[in-house]
Amino acid sequence: MASLISQTYLQSLAGGALIGLASALYLLLDGRIAGVSSVVSGAIGASAKNQLRNIALLFGLILGPILYRLGFGAWPIVHVEAKLWTMALAGFLVGFGAQLGSGCTAGHGVCGMARLSPRSMAAVATFLVVGMLTVAAMNALGVS
Amino acid sequence: MKANVMAQSLASLVVGAIFGFGLSLSGMLDPARVRGFLDIAGHFDPSLGFVLAGAVAVSGLGYLISRRLPRPALDASFHLPKRKDIDRRLLIGAAIFGVGWGAAGFCPGPAIASLALGIAPIFVFTAMMLLGVAIHDHWPETWRLRARKDADAQA
Repeated sequence: MASLISQTYLQSLAGGALIGLASALYLLLDGRIAGVSSVVSGAIGASAKNQLRNIALLFGLILGPILYRLGFGAWPIVHVEAKLWTMALAGFLVGFGAQLGSGCTAGHGVCGMARLSPRSMAAVATFLVVGMLTVAAMNALGVS
Repeated sequence: MKANVMAQSLASLVVGAIFGFGLSLSGMLDPARVRGFLDIAGHFDPSLGFVLAGAVAVSGLGYLISRRLPRPALDASFHLPKRKDIDRRLLIGAAIFGVGWGAAGFCPGPAIASLALGIAPIFVFTAMMLLGVAIHDHWPETWRLRARKDADAQA
C-alpha cells in the first residue's frame, strides 16, 4: 500500500516534469508563455495571425490522453462528481476569471512561478486560497 | 514567413501533446484529485503539489536557458509579459477563477485535454469556459485594450 501511494506521487512528479518540459519548449521554440487560457483566447480570437499556432496547441493537448492510452493501455482516470449546473457555472467562471486575471494554473502556476513573476505569485496565492474556501464551503453545505 | 508559421504551429502541436500526456500521467485530469488538494480540512491529496513542483522546476530551467539566448528558435523575439504591478483586475480575476476551479476541479488545460475521453459534463464545462473567455474578450473597450495587451504575453 505504501509503495502504491509513493508510486502515484512519483507519477505526479514525472507528469509535472513533462508539463514543465512542454512549457520550456514553447518558450525556447515559439518564444511564448504556455498559458492555456491565453491559447484558448488566441484560438477563438479574431486575429488570424496567431490562430493556427494556438489551435495546434489545443489539438495537441487533446492528443495527450490518446497517446497515454496508446502507451499504457488504459485511459487516465477521471471522476466527475460535480452536478451539470455546477460544471456549467464553473466553466464560465474559469474562462472569464482566467482572462480577467491574465492567466490560469498553467500561465501563472507553471510559467509565471518559474519566472518568479510577482503578479503570478499573487494570482496563484489568490486562486489557491479561494479554491480551498470554495471546496470547504461546498462540503459544509453539502453541494456538489 | 509562411514556413515559419508552419514550423511554429508544428512546435505548438508537439508542445500541446507533451503537456496533455504530462497531465494524463500526473493524474491531474481527475477533478477529484485536484479538489482533494484544495480540500485541506477533509481528504487532503498532496498530488497536485508534486505536479507543480516538477513542472515549475523544469519550466524554470527552460526560463534560465532562454535568458541566455538572443531569441527563440522559431521567432524573431521572445513574447514575455513585462508587467510587475499587482492590480485589482489580476486579483479579482484570480478569485473568480478560483471559485470555478474549486467548484468543478477543472482548469483550462485538463478541461481541453480530457475532451479526448468523451465525457459529456466536460464538454459542458469547456463550452461554458470558451463562452467566458469570449465574453471577457468582447467586453467594453477599456477592458479589451488591456486584455489585448496581456493576450500576446500573458501571466
